[in-house]
Amino acid sequence: MSFKNRHVISMKDFSREEIDYVLDTAEKLEPVARGEERSRLLDGKIISLLFFEPSTRTRLSFEVAARRLGGQVLNLGSVEASSVMKGENLADTIRVISKYADLIVLRHPLDGSARMATEVASVPVINGGDGSVHHPTQTFLDLYTIRRESHLEGLKIAMAGDLKYGRTVHSLCHALSLYGAEMTFVSPPELRMPSEIVRGLRKQNICVKETDSLEEIIGDVEVLYMTRVQQERFPDPDEYEKVKNSLRITGDLLKAAGPDLKILHPLPRVNEISPEVDETSHARYFEQAFYGVPIRMALLALAMGVIE
Amino acid sequence: MNEKRNLKVQAIENGTVIDHVKAGQALNVLRILGISSAFRETISFVMNAPGARGKKDVVKIEGKELSIEELNRIALISPKATINIIRDFKVIQKNEVVLPSYVEGVVRCTNLNCISNSSEPIKSKFSVLQSEEEGVSLHCLYCDHVISEEIAENLL
Repeated sequence: MSFKNRHVISMKDFSREEIDYVLDTAEKLEPVARGEERSRLLDGKIISLLFFEPSTRTRLSFEVAARRLGGQVLNLGSVEASSVMKGENLADTIRVISKYADLIVLRHPLDGSARMATEVASVPVINGGDGSVHHPTQTFLDLYTIRRESHLEGLKIAMAGDLKYGRTVHSLCHALSLYGAEMTFVSPPELRMPSEIVRGLRKQNICVKETDSLEEIIGDVEVLYMTRVQQERFPDPDEYEKVKNSLRITGDLLKAAGPDLKILHPLPRVNEISPEVDETSHARYFEQAFYGVPIRMALLALAMGVIE
Repeated sequence: MNEKRNLKVQAIENGTVIDHVKAGQALNVLRILGISSAFRETISFVMNAPGARGKKDVVKIEGKELSIEELNRIALISPKATINIIRDFKVIQKNEVVLPSYVEGVVRCTNLNCISNSSEPIKSKFSVLQSEEEGVSLHCLYCDHVISEEIAENLL
């Protein structure tokens, strides 16, 4: 299986076998990600990080991934100081950067920008998040975390929080459907999983349940994927106030959890996971953040063809 | 009765007649075909004409035989339209429109945050889907947004 020169834009572009291959590759690279082994796989390669909106974790983990493999990183710098402010369109920026770098990681606020970039780039493009649509490297790292900390096949998972707008959970649903997961969606009524996603999963014979109560499901799932209720999504601040604390993981809630329950969160969190949870065996969200490094190492190395 | 109805739209000598257009969609047919006020040939049409299968629109374009690709775009808004190619006042070819699998630069993506609605030098691109339950829908190849209800309103 070769990924050389392949773009990474949407999880829907990947089969289960291909996802497994990426996860296997990440696992092999994990000692390098932890700094326990050294690697020169990307020696002489230049990775351009084009981040048109702030994203500390994604950008830093790509930077760490590239450097751990011996690659060089070219940062766009602030958008204000770039040619974008002179009116250059994204297509031209991508064409030019393609001449400087061996691979482009793009983060951009417009939906579909990464797909457009693939039409003009002469090097592989990895989508670091485009608008509210895709963030495939986040989904790869979520899958990797689940595989490392629990199991993927036939998983009983609950996703909780802002399921309406959360792109991470939308992609995760699609990817987990390839592994026959049972899914429970926990949210206030205002933030339910879009009906077309629920319908699509049921068409694939995926077992899907919906509820607004964490208490109801906490004893029955192996992974609880928590997301933040995003204040910026609410045009009416009163509406946000009504739901912001409706779902919260606390020590008390976890008394009803099974011993093997793992809690994930794409971070940053606000108050949906109480700090006391951090010290329990259930908390895996900081490990999850680390797993972004081996996953991004794997995707960089595969797309540049240094691992086949 | 037939004579009276035929008088509503004059017969054409050479060109294309698009019949059984969904009632009220004739103007959108012209938009899909890129026919504007700059078009110099004769065009005639009726809207909401009574027909055996209910009301319909009919569009007649003199002196122009449209390409299959152009005609099939009409299926986006009127999947049951038929196309008659006319030469010397005779129908020499009669076809039903076929839904294309892909359209480019025909419809605007209704997702305002889609890159195809920005100032980038690109055209909108959609794959075309059809299901019995939902009819025709368009899947934006940039942002994955799906348009089903509002296709006619978003013709470019």
